[in-house]
Amino acid sequence: MAELMLAVIWLGLTAYVLFGGADFGAGVWDLIAGNEERGRAQRGLVEHSIGPVWEANHVWLIFVIVLTWTGFPGVFAAVASTLYIPLTLVALGIIARGAAFAFRKVSEELWQRRLFGATFAFSSLVTPFFLGTVAGALASGRVPPGIARGDLVTSWLNPTSLVAGALAVGVTAYLAAVYLTRDAQRGGETALAETFRGRALAAGAVTGVLSALGLVVLRADAPALFRELTSGRALPLVALSVVAGVVSLVLLWRRAYLAVRVTAALAVIGLLWGWGVGWYPWLLPGVSVRDGAATPAVLTVTLWAMAGGAVLLLPSLWWLYTTFQRAHPADGSDSSTPV
Amino acid sequence: MNSGGLAAAADAVREADLLAARMQMALSLGWHIILACLGVGMPAITLIAEWRGHVTGDPRYRLLARRWARAMGVLFAVGAVSGTILSFEMGLLWPGLMSTYGQVIGLPFALEGVAFFIEAIFLGIYLYAWDRLPPIPHLLAGVPIVLAGVASAFFVVTANAWMQQPTGFSVENGRVVAVDPWAAMFNPATPPQTVHMILAAFMVAGFAMASVYAVAMLRGRRDRYHRTGFLLPFAVAAAITPVQIGVGDWAAHFVADNQPVKLAAMEGVFETGRGVPLHLGGIAVDGQLRWALEIPNGLSLLAHWDPDAEIVGLNETPPADRPPVNVVHWAFQIMVAMGLALLALAVWAAVSWWRHREMPRSAWFLRASALSGLAAVLALEAGWVVTEVGRQPWIVYGVLRTRDAVNPAPGLVWGFVLVSVIYVALTVASVYVLRLLARGRPVPAAPQESDVTGYPVT
Repeated sequence: MAELMLAVIWLGLTAYVLFGGADFGAGVWDLIAGNEERGRAQRGLVEHSIGPVWEANHVWLIFVIVLTWTGFPGVFAAVASTLYIPLTLVALGIIARGAAFAFRKVSEELWQRRLFGATFAFSSLVTPFFLGTVAGALASGRVPPGIARGDLVTSWLNPTSLVAGALAVGVTAYLAAVYLTRDAQRGGETALAETFRGRALAAGAVTGVLSALGLVVLRADAPALFRELTSGRALPLVALSVVAGVVSLVLLWRRAYLAVRVTAALAVIGLLWGWGVGWYPWLLPGVSVRDGAATPAVLTVTLWAMAGGAVLLLPSLWWLYTTFQRAHPADGSDSSTPV
Repeated sequence: MNSGGLAAAADAVREADLLAARMQMALSLGWHIILACLGVGMPAITLIAEWRGHVTGDPRYRLLARRWARAMGVLFAVGAVSGTILSFEMGLLWPGLMSTYGQVIGLPFALEGVAFFIEAIFLGIYLYAWDRLPPIPHLLAGVPIVLAGVASAFFVVTANAWMQQPTGFSVENGRVVAVDPWAAMFNPATPPQTVHMILAAFMVAGFAMASVYAVAMLRGRRDRYHRTGFLLPFAVAAAITPVQIGVGDWAAHFVADNQPVKLAAMEGVFETGRGVPLHLGGIAVDGQLRWALEIPNGLSLLAHWDPDAEIVGLNETPPADRPPVNVVHWAFQIMVAMGLALLALAVWAAVSWWRHREMPRSAWFLRASALSGLAAVLALEAGWVVTEVGRQPWIVYGVLRTRDAVNPAPGLVWGFVLVSVIYVALTVASVYVLRLLARGRPVPAAPQESDVTGYPVT
């Protein structure tokens, strides 16, 4: 039961990175899209692509948080109390990003759009970074069990955390560029597709280098995880990630924009699950999945509730994505196209 | 039952940090609760307008639905993120609560996650596919938003109700050893609290929306479009108000029976006695309520339907276990006063409608209505203060003290300062953008078909 709960949480995390992460990455591209004139088309595409779906994508994070405190309450409390600083910054980044995005969409004057746009884009950059430092803190075993027992600063300001933070930004930007390339192509905007293709290639390369760098850092900073990733159970997943990453770059080069969505996602999934499998069965130093789990009654009831919820959610999600991934009716009256 | 392991850590807790944590939670929750109420209430009112517009073909309703949907999109986004912060803060600020009892209250939050997900999905469809879906499927896509919104409110409030009436678990040596998640969720406080909160959400949304149009009418825009924009949300809120007063009475009886200390604080009763008067106003000084207007036997009568019923006073509880009387007493008075004022407003409108088939013509009615949204929000906040501050010093009533639950890490004060700054900016931006939406794109006195379909929702 505890393992199943952990797997469900990890699935939620994966969905959050693949969907919600890409929404953050879109904000990163928004940030460097250039001045109002040059960046207009790119910002328009970003707004158009993530507008209808980002709130739904964001809910995955809420699931991860809530299921963690339900399934592994002590672990949740230990992580939240020791990593109080980066998590507060993540929370503020989330609120700034969501609110500013919504505000920008309904503002018409240039200075308002600039102000809200800058807030949206900047928080899209820092939020995944701090989430990455949290992941780094966990991966390098710097969060001990108990309430606020870890170092409040060095737990998340350390080599592993910094690389993980940068990697998180890279992954989100890469995924976003890959998705946006296809969105631009479907919208018939070839030039825009080319722009994002170039960015996806660049971001893919950078993310690959960061991943390699991450392994080097792990070797010094978290040798146990390093061993699992390079020679243990997690090796197949790491290999999957590498292969999918390389294939993605080839597909991007050949402009197979739909197929690259799958391989890019696989590369990220390999990374996430590689970490998860390499880590198992430990959640925190000295706390295994079994030690940290809630009582069996809680796990059973919550998992059944989630299964029931999935029956409602999956068809709804399917409808959402198919509604907005279908080609537009070309009647010109589509009000969601930003000006 | 107090969890012993945490007591040692609690000694190190600095008073300033505890206060900062409480204020931060109060700020972010008090902020989110307004957005949450609008998120629960607005979709229903918007759907009524859209449905009326579809049935009658009247462009007024159709334009109102679009404008409300546009505002709803912004409010929902802000509500979604301000709600997420709360789930972070549960751990950041109250790890002592979550490490022990996170699993006990996990189920309603997991279910709330499902409900919120459904809300977000269908809101995305409802807003962004307005012109892609035929009218009926579009209306139907709005229904899950309403149902899931009400369900979300229900689930979240069950968790709060559990903090008032903790049931469904057993503790040994500070560790929770057995949990019945359903018993925890359906604790005794769940029925009155959830009903009271959900009705409050519709009142806040209805009166707040009506206020906007009352202001416009006071400024001379008394055309049919603005009148309709006023009457529809006002009618919803006004119809719910008397029901809410009854439910409030039920909730107060529940508190009288199950949380006598909270009732004593609400009413400023320091000495146990029979035939206790109802206190209006007054300030507690040195264990005594001074300068209050007393209605003889009023409290005994209201709380237990018996003028001679016994009311337990604060003297039965050690001073360290009492909630701050002035805050709770005044918050309760403000909530009741606002509720009764809104009831009077609703009755005024109902009498006028019954006599003349028309809303009251007096400018005073519009002035009062212009304030009704503010009054509803004030009642909401005050009621929430009664519930939460009245529970102090416990975070889980009678089980875990707030000071034992707080994060012992130093520097929570700075977190609170940072969060406050962000929320001030967020408030300014939200108000500004909403005003922009209310003013933007002047609406013609007699909207034509083409004006309506040309109005962008997103």
